[in-house]
Amino acid sequence: MTTQARPSRARPAWVASALGVLAVSMVAGLLDGAADISPWQVVLQAVDWLPFAHVDSGLAPVEQGLLYELRLPRVLVAAVVGGLLAMAGAGYQGVFRNPLADPYLLGAAAGAGLAATAVIVLLPSAEGSVPIAAFAGAVGGVFLAYTLGNTAGRAGGTATLVLAGVAVTSFLTAIQTFVQQFKVEELQRIYAWILGDVGGGWDQLWLVLPYAAVSAVLLLVHGRMLDVLSVGDEEATSLGVRASRVRFTVLLAASLATASAVAVSGLIGFVGIVVPHVVRRLAGGSYRSVLPLSMIGGAAFLVLADLVARTVLAPAELPIGVVTMFVGAPFFVGVLRMTRRAVT
Amino acid sequence: MIGASAVSVRLGGRDVVADVGLDVHRGEWLAIIGPNGAGKSTLLKAVMGLVAHRGEVTIDSRPAAALKPRARARLVAYAPQSPALPPDMSVFDYALLGRTPYIPYLGRESGHDRRVAASVLDRLDLTELGTRRVGELSGGERQRVVLARALAQEAPVLLLDEPTTALDLGHQQQVLELVDRLRRADGLTVVTTLHDLTVAGLYADSLLLMAEGRAVAAGRPAQVLTEALVGRHFDAQVKIERGPDGRPVVHLVRGGP
Repeated sequence: MTTQARPSRARPAWVASALGVLAVSMVAGLLDGAADISPWQVVLQAVDWLPFAHVDSGLAPVEQGLLYELRLPRVLVAAVVGGLLAMAGAGYQGVFRNPLADPYLLGAAAGAGLAATAVIVLLPSAEGSVPIAAFAGAVGGVFLAYTLGNTAGRAGGTATLVLAGVAVTSFLTAIQTFVQQFKVEELQRIYAWILGDVGGGWDQLWLVLPYAAVSAVLLLVHGRMLDVLSVGDEEATSLGVRASRVRFTVLLAASLATASAVAVSGLIGFVGIVVPHVVRRLAGGSYRSVLPLSMIGGAAFLVLADLVARTVLAPAELPIGVVTMFVGAPFFVGVLRMTRRAVT
Repeated sequence: MIGASAVSVRLGGRDVVADVGLDVHRGEWLAIIGPNGAGKSTLLKAVMGLVAHRGEVTIDSRPAAALKPRARARLVAYAPQSPALPPDMSVFDYALLGRTPYIPYLGRESGHDRRVAASVLDRLDLTELGTRRVGELSGGERQRVVLARALAQEAPVLLLDEPTTALDLGHQQQVLELVDRLRRADGLTVVTTLHDLTVAGLYADSLLLMAEGRAVAAGRPAQVLTEALVGRHFDAQVKIERGPDGRPVVHLVRGGP
């Protein structure tokens, strides 16, 4: 056989380099902070945390505690949230066959924002339940958009779903603005939540991890099906695939990923557009490689974004959502221009 | 091999296809012809099970409605008039999509699937394009790549919706000769819609003429391509002669209708 063509799965070389970038950014994330700890000691300490590995990093217990209780969970939450958002973005883009689809497209962000605002304003004593409320709000927003999209138009059609998402987002945002006007003194806290934060510690991580695992596995196994879906519903049907079922499952998994990310970190925009797009440029358009590489790349991206957020105005912190938007919005315009050129 | 009886499709409160039947034997080529909006593509979609319809479709004398989607996809392959081509996908990956009915839902393709895709590309002289992105291909190459995907399905029935639209004369001939060759070699049953009447008469064993959703004539090319039928249903003035091989050749008459 002379053909050299192989099916596009994630090539080991790409996975390895993505993991390398992730490792470097995580060590960089651990490095930054007030205390003066050398990079080598951080690497040694990180190896020491791994199971079955015992290395003496030469760090004092206080420094070890600082790394373990503050910096490590922060880096890990950023990695998990970034991975989830990037993967969810890739999933939505596959389902909607649109490279600009976003994890927040179907009303997830607006739903989470409304629920979090409602808790902060109306139930100030139950502040600990903001993540759970945000999760429920995100799921509710997507559910609303999906139901609306399916009853308003042809069942499972993508255009009506997107429009329903826009309608639901506007409506929920209006209610959220209305609710927050009841307690103007809470505006700062509401905005601090909305603009995103990954500094919640180990609790935040344990909260998000089970949902992260389930949605990541669901998305990763659907890579080939998303490739089939990319030829359109009719052709996918003629290939024996129930397109609406695939779409529903992927939407469910991507929305679960988004909701759990939003619940622990607030609204961090553009990760889901920027990362899958870069991956597509570098490693090709098949979702069998876009999904896993987006997961790793998204993790690295958000760890670095958090690092920037912590250092630019040190000792003050910038909300991480501001950093991703600052990078993401110009990038979005760039993608838009390139997409237009490709279409015409 | 593939049959339909009393098939009707209602779209937007209008009968786009009304009470149409067809019957194609193994190894035969049926061309569906008719003026714009006659319901040709919709009939093909109904046979493929892509639009809701009344009436019965049979595949290999089994009712199609009773077949699971994957089983149906192993029996009938379909290439639409304007296929959605994912621009970033490689030609090989695109052809491999045709193996979908054989791959478990969450599974991956086997070595056999890869070999089938590669051999189909080889037969269509596309091997060298295997690693190219589908978005970079010319019109003629795209049409062949879509055909490759349909052939990788290894289904005994091939439904092609206007396989030659937007192709120049040479590429039209190339695609049609290819389908004809494959039909003879593998005993494929072919159903196409074709807008060029002479071409339809040249390649098909039998023709089905549709107008306003109904089947108005069916039979051998010489029986269907008559000046009276074509003139009435296409609202055109034509002159029909016998070509060198005895098949009808349709000429437009200047100054009509």
